[in-house]
Amino acid sequence: MDVILFLVFAIIAVVCAINVVVQTHPISSAISLIGVMGSLAVLYLLLGAEFIAAAQVIVYAGAIMVLFVFVIMLLNAGAETRKGRSFMVQLLGVPLLIGLLGLLAYFVQRLYLPGVTVHFGGFRGGTPLDIGRALFTTYLLPFEVTSILILIAILGAIVLARKEMD
Amino acid sequence: MDSFIVISLIKTVVVFAVLLTTLAYLQWVERKVIAHIQVRPGPYRVGPHGLLQPVADILKLITKEDLVPPYVNRPLYLLAPFLAMTMALLSISVIPFGPQIQVAGYRTYMQLTDLNIGVLFVLAVSSMGVYGIALAGWSSNNKYALLGGLRSSAQMISYELPLSLAIAAPLLVSNTLSLRELVERQAGGIWHWNVLHGPFPQIVSFVVFVIAGFAETNRVPFDLPEAENELVAGFHTEYSSMKFASFFMAEYANMITVSCMATLLFLGGWVAPWPAAYGSSLVPPVIFAGAALMALYHGIHPARRRDRYSLPVFGVVFLIVAAVFLLPMVQSWLLPLFWFCSKTGALLFMFMWIRGTLPRFRYDQLMGFAWKFLFPVAVVNLLVTAFLVAWFS
Repeated sequence: MDVILFLVFAIIAVVCAINVVVQTHPISSAISLIGVMGSLAVLYLLLGAEFIAAAQVIVYAGAIMVLFVFVIMLLNAGAETRKGRSFMVQLLGVPLLIGLLGLLAYFVQRLYLPGVTVHFGGFRGGTPLDIGRALFTTYLLPFEVTSILILIAILGAIVLARKEMD
Repeated sequence: MDSFIVISLIKTVVVFAVLLTTLAYLQWVERKVIAHIQVRPGPYRVGPHGLLQPVADILKLITKEDLVPPYVNRPLYLLAPFLAMTMALLSISVIPFGPQIQVAGYRTYMQLTDLNIGVLFVLAVSSMGVYGIALAGWSSNNKYALLGGLRSSAQMISYELPLSLAIAAPLLVSNTLSLRELVERQAGGIWHWNVLHGPFPQIVSFVVFVIAGFAETNRVPFDLPEAENELVAGFHTEYSSMKFASFFMAEYANMITVSCMATLLFLGGWVAPWPAAYGSSLVPPVIFAGAALMALYHGIHPARRRDRYSLPVFGVVFLIVAAVFLLPMVQSWLLPLFWFCSKTGALLFMFMWIRGTLPRFRYDQLMGFAWKFLFPVAVVNLLVTAFLVAWFS
């Protein structure tokens, strides 16, 4: 059952990811990206990480992508036209892609041997309790630094927007 | 394993049948309530007291011509109502209606599934519901629809923040994310409910939750996305037949979800206001018997000619219901269900009451209210709650 569900949602994720690049209209690409994030959330659920799955949907699919769609709708962006590709892209694109995927597959196989549960450093599990404890004890400093980083980004955006207005 | 699948199937069918019937009849109740606020009888022609009006409405919507205008973005135009409807109906699957019960030897919970992240699931599903409205507005290729869609996405993003913060405060008090455990920790009477209980009673966050819930469901006074005097019908201007109906049903399903969540988070779910030892199990029969007596009295002294036949029938039905509540074998599941439905129903009535009372906000007022008032209030409430919970534990 787990394997079937994994295959179904992994295939949906990959198809949606390809669709993000292939589609010419920004809205269609954004919708495909939502599909990728939704199926990723299901994959997290299959790994037993309920909190990460919920956060994935709430933060990425529900908040960030809504803003994407909102901005695309507000700017009323039209469909893009396909330009001719350069010779180098046609020649090197496919081999480089295969090389990158192969490298990724190699590292994943080396890092996660069969029978080893999923972990991130020394951290295992995905319930809200585990994550809360890890965030506020082991990873407290990185967590707070990240939030200050985001705050700085917001302030920077406001400063830039005010400069435009004046 | 087999019995688990069978029980789950039966529960799913029952819950969704009841939910869809409720959706259809909520529309009738709303029309009646608003009619009586405006001193007129409301739907009265189809069936006794217009009780068959929802059936007539559904038949009308199904048989109407389903028009897809030219120049719409066809795939997204067709996807949007489906998305809105699915996301609205999905949250009911984690809502617990009652405690564990025993039916024909099988023990089961009055809930489709208990996730240990139930609250987050409802938040996640409701945050996906924005896409239905936003995409409907955009794909219709109509300026009014687009403005409605933009307004609704901006509104729902803004009000989701105070909503989430208002949800977080009672979770701190109850110390769980599972909706069933949330209710079990509020057992014991009205003074144990999150709205009154704990180191810091959650009245403020209850009010913030309800206000933000009104905005999330696009209800009056926050129904800017479909403000008919400026935007024709807003995001669903170009929709007809069942596609229009599915937006309508999504709005009512969202109303039910918000009311259920408020009941579970703040009002103790299926828990009675005071323990059964002090006679709380006698309240439902008394209420129904009182309603029966009133219906019988008005049937004997009818205000309209038809009431002479319809009201005594209602009276007898209410009397039978009152008698059923006294049977000991059904009390174990009927009483929790009664308390859950009456709390949710009271909140739903408030939705309608406010629709009949308040005018619509202006758009800048709507945004200013969310960011300058509701959000700071929710943050302060959350901080005070967190501090007091840490202090007392």
